[in-house]
Amino acid sequence: MSDMKYTKDHEWIKIEDGNVAVIGITEFAQDALGDLVFVELPEMGASVSKGDDFAVVESVKTAAEVYTPVTGEVVAINDNLEGDAELIKKSIDEGWIAKIKMTDESEIADLMDKAAYDKFLAEQDH
Amino acid sequence: MSKQTPLYQAHLDSGAKMGPFAGYDMPLYYGEGVMAEHEWVREHAGIFDVSHMGQVILSGENAMAFLERITPSSFGKLPDGRAKYTVMTNDKGGIVDDLIVTRMASDQFFAVINAGCKDKDIAWMREHLPSGVDMQVLDDRALVALQGDSAESVMRDLFGMDLSEIPYMWLIEASLHDGTDVYVSRLGYTGEDGFEISVPADKARALWDKLLSHDKVKPIGLAARDSLRLEMGYCLYGHDIDDTTSPVEAGLGWVMGKENTGFIGAGHVLGHKEDGVDRQRVGIRLTEKGVAREGVDILDAQSMEKIGTLTSGGFSPSLKGGVGQGYVQTDKAESGTKVFVNVRGRNIAAEVADMPFIPARTKSMKKKAA
Repeated sequence: MSDMKYTKDHEWIKIEDGNVAVIGITEFAQDALGDLVFVELPEMGASVSKGDDFAVVESVKTAAEVYTPVTGEVVAINDNLEGDAELIKKSIDEGWIAKIKMTDESEIADLMDKAAYDKFLAEQDH
Repeated sequence: MSKQTPLYQAHLDSGAKMGPFAGYDMPLYYGEGVMAEHEWVREHAGIFDVSHMGQVILSGENAMAFLERITPSSFGKLPDGRAKYTVMTNDKGGIVDDLIVTRMASDQFFAVINAGCKDKDIAWMREHLPSGVDMQVLDDRALVALQGDSAESVMRDLFGMDLSEIPYMWLIEASLHDGTDVYVSRLGYTGEDGFEISVPADKARALWDKLLSHDKVKPIGLAARDSLRLEMGYCLYGHDIDDTTSPVEAGLGWVMGKENTGFIGAGHVLGHKEDGVDRQRVGIRLTEKGVAREGVDILDAQSMEKIGTLTSGGFSPSLKGGVGQGYVQTDKAESGTKVFVNVRGRNIAAEVADMPFIPARTKSMKKKAA
């Protein structure tokens, strides 16, 4: 999908309605974390700034912060993850963490597209 | 440069994710992940490479007296072949290391010490070594743990070894199918039945591969080793116990032998036993969703004041929730005491809980009557 963007911290971002960023973690991050057991979601309505850790994904092995690559307000959180953290791995539609209504849409320009992210991952292998 | 155990290549061949532990490059987990490995050990059997641990033989006429000097335990009434969990204490009454000592004979003992403490322990023992004791570090041996309910039948199927009469915490000398001489001890770090097999390093790979050939056996990494021991409330040295924790604070007073009052640090440790201690190691079970790990503050649920710190913690695959252990003020150490654990600023409800968190399934320690 052409509207998918990625960060170097292995979040994926899908832009909806022009100014809402749906955020989740990529397959690379999922594999690195292993069995997911708990997700700490942000508060609805919270204001977040680009670079903030706004959610935490806990696996058996470790805890990983999830960073927002955009500034704005949390307008939706995926409550289903509270019952089953492993949903994160299912699909973008089931595994998203939160939606953020952006205040500065130009921040999207800093993100990688699929091709750039794949290249970034390939470079990490070395 | 990290050290490697004799089984390093075996781990790579099994697709292990390797990582540093106590100066060694060790398998953290294999292909199926930590949760699957944990559950496999609880249901069947797993093998662990614990060759990074130190194996030491102490022998000579003064070996027993030496052990009763460096540990608070008594070994005089221990039968030959019987293993004992104990600790080495320093002159402040802190713990140098925890270890398993097996009495091979009244003048010969086999000790297994932690990988991360190996150099320190050997230096400590050497420093206190009296005449009449010979210390032999078995650098040429590997150690493989087979843990799980199927362990006894695996040993029978693969090596024709009938271990059904060997109680928990006993060691036997045995031979594998190819004639390799091994020590087999019925003990472990998972709470399951199982064995630790001390094997010459050059025979370790053959033993490992033979064990893996059994359909009930899978290789298990250090990550699941940690979650398995955490469910049992076993201590991890450097986290739950260290140079500054007294055996009494750690809830390990039971390792002390009544007759032994002359061990290093006895003045402090016996005082702790007599007068009580200000803090105690306890189990912490989260009653809300979440995971609390080492270093997290423990708060009193009423006053919201800090009463202790978590020294280990994680997710229990068996209980599907967060568990941990830590030290709290003695007056808050009673099982059922309501607390919070403060994880990244968020208070998660928890309570002081008895350990082990799930029942141990180890065998009886007693030999059956003939």
